[in-house]
Amino acid sequence: MNVAESVKFFLPELILAASAVTVLIAGLFIKKRAVLGAFCLAAILLSILYMPHSYEAAGPLFSGMLLNDTFSEFFKEISLLVVGLVILVSLGYRPFSDEDAGEYYFLLLAAAVAMMVAASSNDLMMIYISLEAISLVSYMLTAFLKRNPLSSEAALKYFLFGALATGVMLYGISFIYGLFGTTGLSAISGAINAGGANSLAAAVALLMVFAGLSFKCALVPFHMWVPDAYQGAPTPITAFLSAGPKAIGFAILVRVFLKNFFPMFTGWADIAQVVAIITMTAGNIIAINQEDIKRMLGYSSIAQAGYILIGFVVGTSLGIQAVMYYLLAYVLMNIGAFGCVVLVSNSIKSDHIEEYSGLSKREPVLAFILTVFLLSLAGIPPLAGFFGKFLVFAAAIQSKYYLLAVAGVVNSVIAVFYYVKVIKFMYLNEPHTMARERKPLSVKLALVIALIGVLAAGLFPVPFLMWIGSSLL
Amino acid sequence: MPFPLLSSIIFLPLLAGLLILFIPKDRTGLIKGIATAATGITLLLAVMAVLGFDFNNTAMQFAEKALWIPQVNINYHLGIDGISIGLVFLTALLGFLACIGSYGIKERQKEYYFLYLLLNTGMLGTFLALDLFLFYVFWEIVLVPMYFLIGIWGGPRREYAAIKFFIYTLAGSVFMLLSILALYFTSHPHTFNMLELASSGSGLAKGLQIMVFIGFYLGFAIKVPVFPFHTWLPDAHVEAPTPISVLLAGVLLKMGGYGFFRISYPILKDAAVYFALPFAILGLINIVYGAFVAMAQTDFKKMVAYSSVSHMGFVMLGLASMTVTGFNGALMQMFNHGVITGGMFLLVGVLYDRAHTRDLDKFGGLGVKMPVYAGVLTVFTLASLGLPGLSGFVSEFMSLMGGFISFRLITIISVLGIVITAGYFLYMIQRVLLGPLNSAWSGIADINKRELFTLVPLMAVVIAIGVYPLLILNYQSGAITELVRHIGGLFL
Repeated sequence: MNVAESVKFFLPELILAASAVTVLIAGLFIKKRAVLGAFCLAAILLSILYMPHSYEAAGPLFSGMLLNDTFSEFFKEISLLVVGLVILVSLGYRPFSDEDAGEYYFLLLAAAVAMMVAASSNDLMMIYISLEAISLVSYMLTAFLKRNPLSSEAALKYFLFGALATGVMLYGISFIYGLFGTTGLSAISGAINAGGANSLAAAVALLMVFAGLSFKCALVPFHMWVPDAYQGAPTPITAFLSAGPKAIGFAILVRVFLKNFFPMFTGWADIAQVVAIITMTAGNIIAINQEDIKRMLGYSSIAQAGYILIGFVVGTSLGIQAVMYYLLAYVLMNIGAFGCVVLVSNSIKSDHIEEYSGLSKREPVLAFILTVFLLSLAGIPPLAGFFGKFLVFAAAIQSKYYLLAVAGVVNSVIAVFYYVKVIKFMYLNEPHTMARERKPLSVKLALVIALIGVLAAGLFPVPFLMWIGSSLL
Repeated sequence: MPFPLLSSIIFLPLLAGLLILFIPKDRTGLIKGIATAATGITLLLAVMAVLGFDFNNTAMQFAEKALWIPQVNINYHLGIDGISIGLVFLTALLGFLACIGSYGIKERQKEYYFLYLLLNTGMLGTFLALDLFLFYVFWEIVLVPMYFLIGIWGGPRREYAAIKFFIYTLAGSVFMLLSILALYFTSHPHTFNMLELASSGSGLAKGLQIMVFIGFYLGFAIKVPVFPFHTWLPDAHVEAPTPISVLLAGVLLKMGGYGFFRISYPILKDAAVYFALPFAILGLINIVYGAFVAMAQTDFKKMVAYSSVSHMGFVMLGLASMTVTGFNGALMQMFNHGVITGGMFLLVGVLYDRAHTRDLDKFGGLGVKMPVYAGVLTVFTLASLGLPGLSGFVSEFMSLMGGFISFRLITIISVLGIVITAGYFLYMIQRVLLGPLNSAWSGIADINKRELFTLVPLMAVVIAIGVYPLLILNYQSGAITELVRHIGGLFL
């Protein structure tokens, strides 16, 4: 489709981009973050309303730069869900001032646009540009607590790693262009299927692309930035980093490797398999000794990426569905958990796990909700996290990746140690203080949405499976 | 649509638990009332199932089936047969009695009863589910409330015991999950239905069956617990509050044994035959080793906990025998052990509530001060050590008889376990009830009416089955005969 015809399928992104600019300008005059935040939420809802459904408009947009299909639609919706929840959580985050609210919400909406474009990119250049846009926004958001040295340090580390990783990726893309004479994924995939590719050179180029995407998904060995960035960033941004860029990173991994470079993937699966096992094991083992809950959740999110990667390694349609469902569950439970962290840190000004002692007596409802999210992360049925793991392991067993499946289940047992450690402090230990804070409505709303999502997706997965395009038997 | 009896049995406790969440926490009387009523009605519903049960029908009764996740062919499928009916009744009975036994809990009652009821739902669901996915969900649901119940209301080492229980059981059950998935993908059409898998599973290659069997074994053996996976049991049983120890010993251990009967043996029969000898040897180790360790204990509760390890060995031996007699004995032993050991833990709790110690050496001569208690304790002890005329004797005898047919030497050595059991139980009676009265306990009160109320029904069951075992054999023998025919065992 040419540009003029494509625009009407690009309305959600346009709405968000226009709103982002509006918020930036309005932020100069309106110094109330509640107003600006509400405006952004309205923009997101409007954008969802105009989302083109893939079943009525599947096909390439903008001369093949973007592709509108079930897969991209799902990840666009996930992006909006992530940004919407993060905005809700941000509205109740104490350390933010009203002064910079315009910039902050501008950056978040810009991230949403970049993520949506990335989700539907069908061209390596488009992928690179949109990923770079997500990264730049993320660096700035990480450093958003300007007077907090930890926040600036986190952003710097994140930036240095990110610059290196995307540089390597771009280098890989240039190889691919040299080999195929195009950066369009459809054209490349046609060439590969015709059998005219130098596989060794392409494999090296793909390795570089994989490295760049590993950084986004926080896979070992490109995970070093995670704990510092997660700890230093403002908590709502930690929630965003752990969910948004990671989901998009996986979307692009699947788009590039499984949907287009699949014939070359077979030799690759071994490398990805090793990465998956090391990622989950390292994440889980290091998480056990963490004393800061944001760092702990950071390492836990590395481990979770390892589980998700199982679905990617398997590469079957069940594997892809497992990746999609798991990401949905992961987004809900991880943002939910960080939302709880925001509420706790609002009242006790600490992210230390020991400070969660006796939370069940002080804040019974909050402790209960956090427990649900943690148990879901640990993969206890009937919560969404369990069904995600179930699908991932099912995909592995179906394709006879027994080693991966065993590594995955052993890791889920190890992970219980540190998730339950937080629950232990909340329920089994006595509180240090009985101080209670009034909780902002917006965060409560975000938690309720995430909680309902985690319960519903776990107990009644059918509509969610239909959403990710899994057909009925 | 007929009345969904089994769904009601499972979900009534959960609904009551959710209701409790909405009651202010200082209205403890109301909370206890709701919990007692819910477990009481659940027991009545279970009794309805028992009364309505048709002995001559070996198919699933009161079955319910609904689509749940059609994309992966997961169904909400419940049913009851001769194998599960005894355990469902046992769970409902102990769930009700232990609820009354929970009145002694004074702290955080709202949370306690919510978790308690959630636990009941998980246990009942495990015994009624006929879909492997549903089974797994209920199986895992049991873990979470149990963790909290031990961890919050337990003894001094409760945190350690709670997390150990959680990790151990989860470690076993995740391998079970992989086995479930392997069964799903090797069946045509793909299914999680236990009944369909039982009729088609025999087509699997033996090597694959053995792998899948081992996965299930890890899940079930840790629950039973089979040596050497038993080390969580003494910690959890000793630290748990009395009513929870009752459910742990009475019901949770049976979930493992039930898994062998319902899943491992019918679906993977070649592997079951292959592993018969190891099962017999493990049964022997459980019986003899458990009994010796129990004998060495000075803590009353720990002694009862190790006696469970010993008694569950008879289940393994009966299973290993591959005979009708052995299977009947093993299944009945699970029921009897639940009743007897549930009662034993209640009795330990009675004493502990008064003396605040469980050190056997510190008691003595209590028979004079607590005559009623002494009588009840003696009945349960004799039942536990296998005195003819009480229920424990029948099932242990049948397990040994079955074992004798298939593994003569192992069975002969196993019989030693009964002698050792008699030794440590009588030694316990001597140290607690007989001898000169320890003056520290001169003011100790006898068992009260509420405590007696929780024990009398169990005692009635013990005596009734001991005198007339057909009460329970009638229910289970149809299903057991069918199982033995299915796996090609011996009709002896």
